Parts: sequence; C-alpha cells; structure tokens
Amino acid sequence: MSRVALAIVLAIIWAAITGNFSAPNLLLGGSVAILALLLIRKEFAPPVYLQKIKRSISLAGLFLYELALSAYRVSVLILSPNMKSKLKPGIIAFPLSVTSDVEITLLANLITLTPGTLSVDVSEDRKFLYVHALSVPNKKALIKEIADGFETKIIEVFK
Amino acid sequence: MIVEIAYYIGAILLLIGALFSVVAAIGILRLPDLYTRMHAASKTGTMGAGLTFVAIAVVAFDGPVILRALVGFIFLILTAPVGAHLLARAACLAGYKPSELTEINEYEESMK
Repeated sequence: MSRVALAIVLAIIWAAITGNFSAPNLLLGGSVAILALLLIRKEFAPPVYLQKIKRSISLAGLFLYELALSAYRVSVLILSPNMKSKLKPGIIAFPLSVTSDVEITLLANLITLTPGTLSVDVSEDRKFLYVHALSVPNKKALIKEIADGFETKIIEVFK
Repeated sequence: MIVEIAYYIGAILLLIGALFSVVAAIGILRLPDLYTRMHAASKTGTMGAGLTFVAIAVVAFDGPVILRALVGFIFLILTAPVGAHLLARAACLAGYKPSELTEINEYEESMK
C-alpha cells in the first residue's frame, strides 16, 4: 500500500473514531496520519489484491473463532479447582517457514490468541518463534498443529 | 420490537464480557508465574473487553458510535497480543524464571 493510500485510510479511520466526517476533521486526520507515517520506517506491506480479500476475511474469521475458543478454554482452566495439576507450562522453539515481518507479526499474534499458547520472542536469525504454552504434553504435536493451521493460512493470504 | 431485541442481545453480551473479565482477574491471581498469567490477561481479558465493545455497537443505534465501538474492538484485538508478547519477552530478557512447574524452556537454552 502506498503512503498516500495509507494516509487516506488513516484519515477515514480518524473520522470514524471521532464520528465527524466534515472536511476540516478529515484534513486534521490526514495531517496527523502524514505526521505519523513520517515517523515510522519506510517499508510497508505489499498491496492487498482483490483475490486475497476473501482469504483475508476467512483468516479474520478464524482469528475471532480461535479467540473465543481460547478465552473459553483458559477460563475453564482458571476456574478448575485442581488447576496446578493441569498446568504443564513450557517454552518451545517453533521453526518458522514464513519470512516477512508482516507474516511473522500476524502469526505471533494468532499464536497468542490460540488456546494455550503465547508467543514470547523471535530468534535473531528469524528462524524460530519462541512460544509459551500452558500445557505441553507433546512438543511435536503442538508444532505441527501451528504449522498446519495458522501458518498455512497466512502463507495462502500473502503468497 | 427490534430495539428491545437489540437491548437484550446487548445485555447478554455485556454480562458474558463482564464474566470473562472477572475470570481473567481470578486467573491473574491464581496462575503461578508471569507467563501463564499473560495467557489469562491476553485471551480472557481481550474477550471480556471485546464483548463489551460489541455490546455497545449492538445497543447504540447511532452510526458514529457503532463505528467507534467496532474500531475499538479491532484495535483491542490487534494490540492485546502484542502487549502480552512484549511483557513476556521483557520478563525473559530480565531473567525472570518461569515457575517450577515448567517442563521445557528452549528459549533459555538458546540464550546460553
């Protein structure tokens, strides 16, 4: 997305948040957007093409579904009387096959919202994502679950 | 009629959201270390606040308010995992040890 398009989108979001679509307010939003864009670094995500929108929506749906599911599962765990015996936390290294900043960010966010997992850090060579899990009965199965689920979906959207 | 249905749906969403928020708070008290607590704060907490936003959108019947509630919901969902991730990372880098229940820690191994 070019900077100009991004500035326009940000100006519209600004108008939506403030609930005022008048010209001065859009101009104000636009100027703030341009200022903000000047502050951050120059690379932006590649353009999102029409054929990718459907996959993006399906990814967003998956995101919301996983969030609801994980909130429910964590709640059940928290409220169970013998919580400590059910906990088997651990930090595992997940080998990344996605490479770009956007994809890694998205994957890390999705992992955090999945039942029982939380991304901690990316290794400096960007080969591994360190994931904290509430219960690690089987490390390989957990890695496979993430690789086959979210990572495949993200690659579909961005390839 | 539709207004009343919307109010009921909004009230139910609000109640479920409040319930998730309470559970998130209980989780922060009960779970053993920062990493496991972030699970409660990032997922259950986001769900609680998110449902409250959706409830506002349902009962508002006012374009700008609905838009703002939905934008708030989206921003919340985008930022909560980042916050949880940064807190967990900062704790790791500061040398905060996970609780003794932790089975494997490949992150710590990688730092050596």
